[in-house]
Amino acid sequence: MKIRFFPIILTLIFIIIFLLFYGGLKKSNIYVPTFNINKKIPNFKAKLFEKAEELNSSEIFKDDQIYLMNIWASWCVPCRDEHVFLDELSKEESLNLVGINYKDDFKRASFFLKELGNPYDIILLDVDGIIAIEWGAYGVPESYLIKNKMIIKKIIGPLNKNLVNEIKKKIQ
Amino acid sequence: MKFSKLILLIFCTFILSNSYAQQNNLENKITKNLRCLVCQGQSIYDSDTDFAISVKLLVKKKLDEGLNEKQIYSYLKDRYGEWILFDPLFSKKTYFLWLLPIFMFVIGGMIIFKLFIIRKN
Repeated sequence: MKIRFFPIILTLIFIIIFLLFYGGLKKSNIYVPTFNINKKIPNFKAKLFEKAEELNSSEIFKDDQIYLMNIWASWCVPCRDEHVFLDELSKEESLNLVGINYKDDFKRASFFLKELGNPYDIILLDVDGIIAIEWGAYGVPESYLIKNKMIIKKIIGPLNKNLVNEIKKKIQ
Repeated sequence: MKFSKLILLIFCTFILSNSYAQQNNLENKITKNLRCLVCQGQSIYDSDTDFAISVKLLVKKKLDEGLNEKQIYSYLKDRYGEWILFDPLFSKKTYFLWLLPIFMFVIGGMIIFKLFIIRKN
């Protein structure tokens, strides 16, 4: 009996392609950038929120210190929700909180801090959003845990109780 | 004298507007090849999100600093991964993607050759 290879191969190819596409249907098509832990922090210059002074990143982030850098804006609703958790973290002595005020109006941002309190040790301005890109952020809020000038954790979206506990464990 | 000054002014205007247009074209070319991460599927060029507006500004700034197209792509790739580029680069991960169409074209050609040309003979 003569075996006809051609139709068998064609059917096999069809089945493989079908399975590939069927598998693809169930995959999420929302992309979240993969992040390499232990990445060095970027070099940048930024203006301070309250003073007309420009600082270099090396003057802000020191060796042997732990920082939580939080990107926030007064127009961002989730930032309001996470503020309680930032307040909680600001009580930790070993943790320095650095805020980056992202594309905001100065008056509104000041009012936001007056209303909810200022948990940050230092606030930097990012008027055109370029500093956030330098960090690899694409929205607000985003937070970065930094130790020895290395990013050891990146959080996309607002902080919550579990994340705060995780951060507390990491800084002890 | 006045006439020659006028000619010089017109000449300079054309030269400057031309060089500005050239940078603008490159800016558009780059931002059309970048994917917006907020409204995924749209390019940075088409998108009006805060992120896209910032990336457009950044591309302009980097071009002014003297970076070329490839350097800008690798700068953004370092921060957001290769997904930010609409045209994936030719690398180990993308051999299959780039070579599959050529492979299928060759196989198709072979089938046509076998079915129509060899059989006719």
